[in-house]
Amino acid sequence: MNWTWFHKLASPPHFYRLAGRMTPWFGWPAFLLIAVGLYGGLVLAPPDYQQGDAFRIVYVHAPSAWMSMFVYATMATASAIGLVWRIKLAHAVAAAAAPIGAWFAFAALTTGSLWGKPMWGTWWVWDARLTSELILLFLYLGFIALRASIDDRGRADRACAVLAIVGVINLPIIHYSVNWWNTLHQGSTVTKFDKPSMPFDMLWPLLAMLLGFTLYFGAVLLTRLRGEVIRRERDASWLREELAR
Amino acid sequence: MLRGVSLDVAAGQVMHIAGSNGVGKTTLLRVLAGLLTAEQGGVNWQGRPITVNFDSYAATLAYLGHSDALKADFSARENLAHEVGLRRPVTAAEIDDALTRVGLADCRDLPARVLSAGQHRRLAMARVMLTSAPLWILDEPFTNLDHAGVQLLSGVIAEHIDSGGAAVIAAHQPPAIPRHTVNCVNLA
Amino acid sequence: MQTSLTQAMALTYRGDLVLAFRRWEQIAQPVVFFTMVTTLVPLALSPELGELREIAGGVLWIAALLAALLGLEFMYRADHADGTLEQMLLSGQPLAWLVLPKTAAHWTASGLPLVLVSPLLAISLGVPTDALWTLMISLALGTGILSALGAIGAALTLGLRRGSVLLSLLVLPLAMPALIFGARAVDMAIHGEVARGPLLLLGAMFVLSLTLSPVAVSAALRISQE
Repeated sequence: MNWTWFHKLASPPHFYRLAGRMTPWFGWPAFLLIAVGLYGGLVLAPPDYQQGDAFRIVYVHAPSAWMSMFVYATMATASAIGLVWRIKLAHAVAAAAAPIGAWFAFAALTTGSLWGKPMWGTWWVWDARLTSELILLFLYLGFIALRASIDDRGRADRACAVLAIVGVINLPIIHYSVNWWNTLHQGSTVTKFDKPSMPFDMLWPLLAMLLGFTLYFGAVLLTRLRGEVIRRERDASWLREELAR
Repeated sequence: MLRGVSLDVAAGQVMHIAGSNGVGKTTLLRVLAGLLTAEQGGVNWQGRPITVNFDSYAATLAYLGHSDALKADFSARENLAHEVGLRRPVTAAEIDDALTRVGLADCRDLPARVLSAGQHRRLAMARVMLTSAPLWILDEPFTNLDHAGVQLLSGVIAEHIDSGGAAVIAAHQPPAIPRHTVNCVNLA
Repeated sequence: MQTSLTQAMALTYRGDLVLAFRRWEQIAQPVVFFTMVTTLVPLALSPELGELREIAGGVLWIAALLAALLGLEFMYRADHADGTLEQMLLSGQPLAWLVLPKTAAHWTASGLPLVLVSPLLAISLGVPTDALWTLMISLALGTGILSALGAIGAALTLGLRRGSVLLSLLVLPLAMPALIFGARAVDMAIHGEVARGPLLLLGAMFVLSLTLSPVAVSAALRISQE
């Protein structure tokens, strides 16, 4: 198989231009899908017979939670690629993605908390999924803190890469443990954040939001990546020519 | 940042890496020792890149960096037994001989933390000698040594070259190694 | 002629242990911390042994975890500072294998004392004597897991300013699964149940961390020396 496209992608000038061209192709569809999804979810979808209108927060909560995990997997994969093939751009992907993932995790926690208040009267519950999400946020914060603490960029890249990979291996263990811990103390009560059974007119806005969030992540990642590239290639001549254009 | 450096070292040769402070002598030596990876290019030993089976390459070299690599709470003897012992089985007699050679026979059982900087360097020298490694990579080995110490170390290096070893030495001043000419690479 | 790997590992274990015993604060500090934190609980909550018994499992485990975290300070930092870590990388022995005796020596000097002291602290929190074996086994496995996982954090944060705070930040999330099962095991034992399930899971985590962490630790050590 011809791998030149892969190696070309790893070249900063080529990637910088490509990313610039691709961003609107992610950004506009994302905006559209999120707008449509929000309208569908907040206005069109019928209220749930159990939870009433409060369930609608799932349209932001579920995609945020999903994205926080997807972004972590992306970070770990990019880190592994960067470590094995020594591609600096892969490390830049991990660095750029981490804050985005952390915000998704934070959004999932906040919307989860907001969901809890009207339903069960408390601002926080130690539900299995919320607790897992919180630990995921800690993992993100650790990654970001480690990167910030190491001055040498090469060492920071590689150290964070090891951390991301260790984290991703631990994630299933953490998830399973928290699940077990939660069922232990809740006994037979159903998980608090069970999604209501979803007929199609409730489901399609959720899928639209999910896809929209993913494309949104793509757009933001590409933009932040271009920023990372500028930071790393500060002194390079190609950059001066590029920015002069 | 170091660019465009190329050098070859063969058995029986002494290579002096010259250059002012900060020019990259330590960086170069660390790349040679495999502690640092060059972004472009690499180090080959006996025709093969050192990244292929790094441990077997590491077994053929003795590295003396800026720090003396001594445990403050170990005695001189224990330091040698521990560090050299990791690489090759070493007897108490060999350790005592080495300590005598570097003039530390009286300090055998003293913990390293009470020794002076010059004595630390001599102890580190003894370690390098005892490893019986063909390639010596020495970063500013003459620091903290008095005149007698400098003579001693030069003699030790000369003996090493006599027996077919090679040495790469980073230093401000060109080292005077008896019986051998020193090739020089200037990084400035 | 090279030293065999097993000899090198034995030498590393013995050497680290001798050094640890010559600096007895490496052994004493975590134990004292463990004791003090455990003492905080009755002061903050209640002197009633009946009430303390209900939370003893969690309290002992959290205190031990924090004390073990403190003990992680001693891993690799001295070696990094005096240059012996560099020599370990250049010893010609496979680094991942040398990491094992270093982790074991650290546990012996740092985790094992916590395990040995735990029965005394447990009794002070009203834990019945039948539960003490479970407590010690769970803590032995737990501190072992923490030594193995903590080594990764220690290696990643070598030489960094405020490295110790960062180390805790990195290691605590990874330690949470062990905490869940460990505390649960002690809790079950206190209430007279056999804590087979949690202990087996703890054992599985221990084996997993012992086998996989040396790879991460050796990668992190090489990265820290660059």
